[in-house]
Amino acid sequence: MTETIFEAKNLVKRYGQVTALDGTDFLLRAGEILAVIGDNGAGKSSLIKALSGATIPDSGEIMLDGKPVKFRSPIDARQHGIETVYQDLAVAPAMTIAENLFLGREILRPGFLAKLFRVIDHKKMLEEATNHMAGLKIGIRSMSQAVETLSGGQRQGVAVARSAAFARHVVIMDEPTAALGVKEGNMVLDLIRRVRESGLPVIIISHNMPHVFEIADRIHVQRLGKRAAVVNPKKISMSDTVAIMTGAMKVEDIPNEVLA
Amino acid sequence: MTKEGTQNKNNWLEKLPSVSVLGPILALFLSIGFFATQHPNFLTPNNGALIISQVMVVAVLAIGQTLIILTGGIDLSCGMVMALSTMLMTKLAADFGLPAPISLLIGLTVSTGFGFLNGLLVTTLKLPPFIVTLGTLNIAFAITQIYTQAQTITVSDESSILLWFKQDIAIGGITIGYGTGIALTLFLFTAISWALSNTAPGRHLYAVGNNPEAARLTGIPTQRVLLMVYTLAGLIYGIAGWLSVSRYGIGNPNAGQTENLDSITAVVLGGTSLFGGRGLLIGTIVGALISGVFRSGLTLMGARSEVQILITGVLVIVAVAVDQLSKGKNSR
Repeated sequence: MTETIFEAKNLVKRYGQVTALDGTDFLLRAGEILAVIGDNGAGKSSLIKALSGATIPDSGEIMLDGKPVKFRSPIDARQHGIETVYQDLAVAPAMTIAENLFLGREILRPGFLAKLFRVIDHKKMLEEATNHMAGLKIGIRSMSQAVETLSGGQRQGVAVARSAAFARHVVIMDEPTAALGVKEGNMVLDLIRRVRESGLPVIIISHNMPHVFEIADRIHVQRLGKRAAVVNPKKISMSDTVAIMTGAMKVEDIPNEVLA
Repeated sequence: MTKEGTQNKNNWLEKLPSVSVLGPILALFLSIGFFATQHPNFLTPNNGALIISQVMVVAVLAIGQTLIILTGGIDLSCGMVMALSTMLMTKLAADFGLPAPISLLIGLTVSTGFGFLNGLLVTTLKLPPFIVTLGTLNIAFAITQIYTQAQTITVSDESSILLWFKQDIAIGGITIGYGTGIALTLFLFTAISWALSNTAPGRHLYAVGNNPEAARLTGIPTQRVLLMVYTLAGLIYGIAGWLSVSRYGIGNPNAGQTENLDSITAVVLGGTSLFGGRGLLIGTIVGALISGVFRSGLTLMGARSEVQILITGVLVIVAVAVDQLSKGKNSR
C-alpha cells in the first residue's frame, strides 16, 4: 500500500442551517491523481476549501504526512506545501508569464542593498521560468510576454505550472478544464499527468466525467456531505459512478472489487 | 516543444515599449511639431525650460496619483493635501518663528499622514478610494482655509530651505531656470520608475491593481501594499508642496485646485489605465508635458484660457476612450 500523504477525518462544516460537510473523510496517496466528484451541494467545494485553507472546518482533523495541521488561510496551506489552482484563472493578465510564475515569491538579487530594496533578478527569473515550463512541456515561446496574450489553455498552463513549481506536497486543481475547448482541455490533462510524473500527488475537482475517467487513479465520490465511496475508474463504469453520486445506486450495493 | 528558432526573432519586438507608452510620446512630439509651425517662439530653449518649470509641480503630484491609479484607485485629495503642506511649511515659520527645516518637516509629515489616513480608510473600512479621497479633499481644504484665513504667506528669506528648488542650474553656458526643481522632478520619476519595474514591492503594486484576488492568493499582503502606496503618495504630495513653495515663493491656500484634476489628466494622457495594473510612470511625465505644451502653444497663439481648458478636456476624453477600447480588445 502506498503511503498516505494527505488525510482528513470526520470534517464538519455548517453554514447556518446548512450542513455542507457532515463528517466527511478524505485520503490522498503519494503520486496519485485523485478526482473528487459530487452533485451540486454534495459538499465537494467545501471539502476542497477546507483542504486548501480557504475555509476552516467546524470540527474534524486534517493530517499532512501523518501530522495534524490546521490551516487558517490559503497562504497558510501554501506554506505547508499545498498549492491550489483556482477555477477563475488566478493570474495577473497584464504581467508577464515569468512574473506570474514567481508572483509573491520573486527571485531577488544577492547583496545587502538588493535585499533591502528587494530588487528582482529578472534574468534569473526568466531563465528559471523557461526551464520550468520546458520541463512541463508547455510550448510557450517567450516568458516575457504578458499572460493576456495567451489562449485560455495556455493561461491555465501557467497557473498549473506555478503550483507545480512551488508545491512540496500536494497540488489541488479546481475545475482545471472547465473553461477550455476540447484540444486545450486535453493539453491541460497532459500537463496534470506530467505533474504527477514529477512526483506530486494531485487532487482534481471536476464535473467533466470523461476527463475524470481519463486521468484519475481513484475517484472520491462525495454525496450529502459525506464520502460515499472511493472507486477505481478502471473497474467501474461511468454510469455506475454517476449512480453512486446521485444516490441511484446505494453504497451497500457497490461491488467490492470496484472500490479503491 | 519550445520553439527556440522564433525566440530570437521576436526578442527585439518585445523590448520595444508597448503602444500605451509610444502613443503618448507620439502625441507629445506631434503637438510640439504642430505648435512649432504655429509660432516662431514656441520651439526655443527658453520656452522649453518654461514649460518644464510650469509642469513640474503637477508632474510630481501626478507621481503619487499614478501609484494610486495603478492599484486601481484614484486620489481626489492630492492637490488639497499639497496646499495644506505649503501652508504648514510657510505659515508655521512665519507665525511662530519655527526654523524653516522644522516647518518643512511638519508639512511633509502632515501630508504623509493624510496619505496614511486615505490608505487606512481604503484598506480597513473597504471604502471606495473615490469617496474616501473626496472626503479628505474637503477636510484638507477646510483645514487649510481655517488655518490660513485664506491668506497667502510669502517666503521672504531667499536662502530658506523652502526655496531650495528655485535655484537655476547652468550646464555648458545655458542657464536652466528652476534647474534644481527640474532635477528633483526627474530624479523622482527615474527612481520611482526603476523601483516599480525592478523591485518586488513595485511588481506587487501592479499585481494588486491588475488582479487583487490573484495577488492575495499568491500571498502578497494586498492591504499592506495599498496602505504603503497611499502613504507614499502623501509624502510625494508634500514634496510637490515644497516644490510649489520654491516655484512661486509663497504658501498658497488656494494652491492645488487646478493641479488636483490636472494630476489625473497627466496620468491618463500618459497612458496609465484607470482600471489599474497597466501603465508606466514615464508616461505620466509625458502626459504632464503634453498638457504643458498645449497650454504654452495655445497661449502663444493667443487663445483664451477657456479654450485651453476645453482642449484639455477633449484630450482627457480621447485618452480614456483609447484606454477603454484597448481594454475591450485585451479581455476578448
